[in-house]
Amino acid sequence: MNDSNPLSPLDLETPDKTYLDSNELIINMGPQHPATHGVLRVILKLDGEKVLGTECVIGYLHRGVEKIAENRTYTMFNPYVDRMDYVAAVSNGLGYCQAVEKLLNVEAPPRANYIRVILTELNRIASHQLWLGTHALDIGAMTPLFYTFRDREEILKIFEKYCGARLTTHAFRIGGCLYETYAGFEKDVKNFLAFFAPKIGEYEELLTTNRIWLERTRNVGVISGPDAIALGVTGPVLRASGVKWDIRKAQPYANYADFNFEIPIGKNGDTYDRYLVRMEEMRQSARIIEQAVNGIPEGPIMAKVPKVIKPAVGEIYHSIEAPKGELGYFIVSDGSTQPYRVRVRPPSFVNLQALDVMVRGMLVADVVAVIGTLDIVLGEVDR
Amino acid sequence: MLTAFMSYLGSEVSPGVAGNQLWALIYILIIFGGVSVAVIAMNWLERKALAHFQVRLGPMRVGPHGLLQPIADAVKLLIKEDIIPTEADKVVFWIAPVIGLLAAFTVYTVVPFGPSQAVSDMNIGILFMLGVSSLGVLGIVTAGWASNSHYPLIGALRSSAQMVSYEVAMGLAVVSAILMTSMNKDGTGTLSMIEIVRAQQDQHVWFLFKFFPLGLIAFVIFAIAMVAETNRAPFDLPEAESELTAGFHTEYSGLRWSLFMLAEYAAMIAVSSIAVTLWLGGWLRPFPNLLSGTAFDVIFSFFPGLTFLGLAAIAVLGTMRMPKHNYFRIQTLGLGAFAGVLGLIGLLLLVIAIAAPISHNGFLLRAATALNNVYWFVVKIAVFMYLFIWYRATWPRYRFDQLMAVGWKVMLPISLGVLIVTAIVGVIVS
Amino acid sequence: MAEEIKSPVPQPPDGEAKPAAEAPSSPQHIAAPEDEKPAAAPSGASEEAKTAVPATPPSPKPAAAAAPPAKPTAPAKPTGPVPTPWTSPMVEKYKRQYGSGLEAQTYLGQNYFTVDSSLISDFLRLLRDDEQFDYCVDVTATHYPSRQKQFDVIWILYSFARNERIRVKTQIADGASLPSSVSIWPTANWLEREVYDMFGIKFDGHPELKRILLPEGWKGFPLRKDYGILQQDNEWVQINLGIESGQ
Repeated sequence: MNDSNPLSPLDLETPDKTYLDSNELIINMGPQHPATHGVLRVILKLDGEKVLGTECVIGYLHRGVEKIAENRTYTMFNPYVDRMDYVAAVSNGLGYCQAVEKLLNVEAPPRANYIRVILTELNRIASHQLWLGTHALDIGAMTPLFYTFRDREEILKIFEKYCGARLTTHAFRIGGCLYETYAGFEKDVKNFLAFFAPKIGEYEELLTTNRIWLERTRNVGVISGPDAIALGVTGPVLRASGVKWDIRKAQPYANYADFNFEIPIGKNGDTYDRYLVRMEEMRQSARIIEQAVNGIPEGPIMAKVPKVIKPAVGEIYHSIEAPKGELGYFIVSDGSTQPYRVRVRPPSFVNLQALDVMVRGMLVADVVAVIGTLDIVLGEVDR
Repeated sequence: MLTAFMSYLGSEVSPGVAGNQLWALIYILIIFGGVSVAVIAMNWLERKALAHFQVRLGPMRVGPHGLLQPIADAVKLLIKEDIIPTEADKVVFWIAPVIGLLAAFTVYTVVPFGPSQAVSDMNIGILFMLGVSSLGVLGIVTAGWASNSHYPLIGALRSSAQMVSYEVAMGLAVVSAILMTSMNKDGTGTLSMIEIVRAQQDQHVWFLFKFFPLGLIAFVIFAIAMVAETNRAPFDLPEAESELTAGFHTEYSGLRWSLFMLAEYAAMIAVSSIAVTLWLGGWLRPFPNLLSGTAFDVIFSFFPGLTFLGLAAIAVLGTMRMPKHNYFRIQTLGLGAFAGVLGLIGLLLLVIAIAAPISHNGFLLRAATALNNVYWFVVKIAVFMYLFIWYRATWPRYRFDQLMAVGWKVMLPISLGVLIVTAIVGVIVS
Repeated sequence: MAEEIKSPVPQPPDGEAKPAAEAPSSPQHIAAPEDEKPAAAPSGASEEAKTAVPATPPSPKPAAAAAPPAKPTAPAKPTGPVPTPWTSPMVEKYKRQYGSGLEAQTYLGQNYFTVDSSLISDFLRLLRDDEQFDYCVDVTATHYPSRQKQFDVIWILYSFARNERIRVKTQIADGASLPSSVSIWPTANWLEREVYDMFGIKFDGHPELKRILLPEGWKGFPLRKDYGILQQDNEWVQINLGIESGQ
């Protein structure tokens, strides 16, 4: 940690001093701000340009998803989870369906697992592409945004053909998949992989060795490995700080153990490392998809799940490696058709907590870069 | 009046030097109109080129391929509500864009489009340009101050700090180019813009290539510093949307904002013209040494006409590729007419270029040389304009402290070093 | 027949909420007519499959309705999995230390401790320091209004070194407070704020315990079971419009 008590509350009691009198300036970023990726309000306490402390005010997108869950059946709640991290809706659905399947003690059949893995990894690529475009735009490079969005279209087309929706896909059901792969699914995915392979090269050409990009992202928003673990940060942020941990490898779910892929890690835990880690993750996701699409087994796509889902009394916690980090579902069942409690452990919420630690001592322009590099989605932070 | 008009014709010097106020006024009006048209064209080009860099099309609807978009933008800005913040200092708020505009346009008095195609030829031309263009900072600071809101204020202060720091490097680079002008026969240098180009002509080398690589380094320093001077990417933090809303012109809307935009583009053209004059041989045609001789002179004299004919051909191609649908009839006609106009201009230029050496008519010869001079000058400036747009599309922007660090810790020492080495080499050689 | 029932959600022949711990006995999605018998069908399935395949869609139901009695190995009780005691060296150590204040169980392969609320801060600290549970995954709560100790507060912890995830549960009454675990894991800062925001459980020693997702002046704690949207709406309408809400 940088400070003696970095998580001490911000001293915001200076309403009667104008900013011309003291050296400290309190600036409010958001909730409407081009760079805060949603409705996030960050109150910055500045000394000139240096940030002394931040306070995040969240909850602008709080929709009470966990309360809603208590009034819906397990199947009815499935579409709600897409709306949390709306950029990676397929991952959310995967986590929830797998959590309920664990509670029911069923396993999705292999074919369903393959389809799930392919779609989830495609969604990971799409989510990282969106991250790259918006992050680069915040730092000033306008062009990668358009490139990544154009390339993302191909993935969204596949989603649309598969389940009818591009964004909030509701692709999976409890027990497996509802929809069989459409005719030409494998061909589309393979075409996408061939299309995508040179695209990462395009993005990297624009940014990775660019001197301005390096200066804007090196040593910006540094968080060390132990700090990251203590703050509960997960996902690419944790991996860029040097901790080699990915739930897909540590506690594999949905036959990830069958695929060969690497976990990229960084060294310094700065923005540049997080950028490199996510770029490499896109490549590894493409690798997983290639292995998966070449070997989808035949078989059923839905396990035997009762029509009315009434799990036994008990609790379960299941987490997956969403593009943003560890997405967990803690479900308490009381034996009825509606869950007693659904708790979503949102990776963006916990990662956002680390913002304060990461921007102390940085300049205002870096706050924007760090918010971008944390890759938060307010739908998930607020639920 | 008529004598004033006629007495200037056939003159080999600019109207200012010849003392002819009428022609000076005419030139001023031509330049004013030309720069305004250039700014409008730049606006269109920026949107189209940026769009094509970003895999999209840009304006396509307002006029064929968006050619009338700048006019639509201008009309929109003119009819917008003029909002002045209540707490703003009204007089200063009004004056700020005017100052910026004045500073940006006054420099065109000495920009040499040709040996006699300039409004005037002050013997301190380059000093005048650097000095007056620095007045633009005043406009920005007053704009930020008068807005009475802390985002514009921060943006204005940053912008002024940035401009001032890069001025130093710019100035030193300019001085090293001036030193090179003194390498001519009688050993005297000059600050006059036209004489600088003449010096390059007499020394048979563009200062870009003189004392290689010193001229090149000085040129590169100037090229980078001029991007920072004009607050363009990658040095556009003062107007970065994602950080400070819109910097010093946040509170300006409508016509006042368009004046700032006009001043910015005019300043871009002005500093590019400094670069072109000092290092790229001004109005001289390219490859004067490599491809020398009257044959090549004649070939290069066809370039203006051929350029316009080429543009006309592109426009014709565009017309043919227009969708064959009722909705596009007017656009197709418009584009075709535009192609026709371009083609006519091209033909006219070509005719002049061909007829001039053949007919030995004094008037035609002078017209042809004048056209050539202006053409090459404008082409070189157009290359710089394209580079400005290219930089904006490609690179992220510098953070403010990094920007200042580059200006003071990198550019200043290098330009100082180049200056000293140029001086030493110059003394040794002469 | 296989193609017709490909798209809609497959219905098992019996509509019971039996956890399908018993292997799926009647495959509904059949890729090819030959592959009717996927792995691990109990012996009753072969009977079912034989009757199911040649018949038309309605018939698997009566055929399978006859099947459960035919399954010799199917367990009769529909209660499903139950929590079983969890034993491990770590558990033994803490049981010896805390005696009756601590229980350790396993449910569906996930281990959890149930600890007395007075022991909780020491126990959590020991878990972090001695057992290397350095990553606090989540802090959350559940409300059981019918119980004496109404709230279940749950910490989900993970150890990188052991690649093990456990839960620690404690039960507190309404109005009681727990010591904050921010000093143990800084992650708990916002997580505990959210628990406070949603349930009203206070954490002593938290640096800044205030609402996080809901606005500052919000009354009530939404995730409690006695909090409903109707009550909220009635209240607002009464206060602001002075009439009875028509809900």
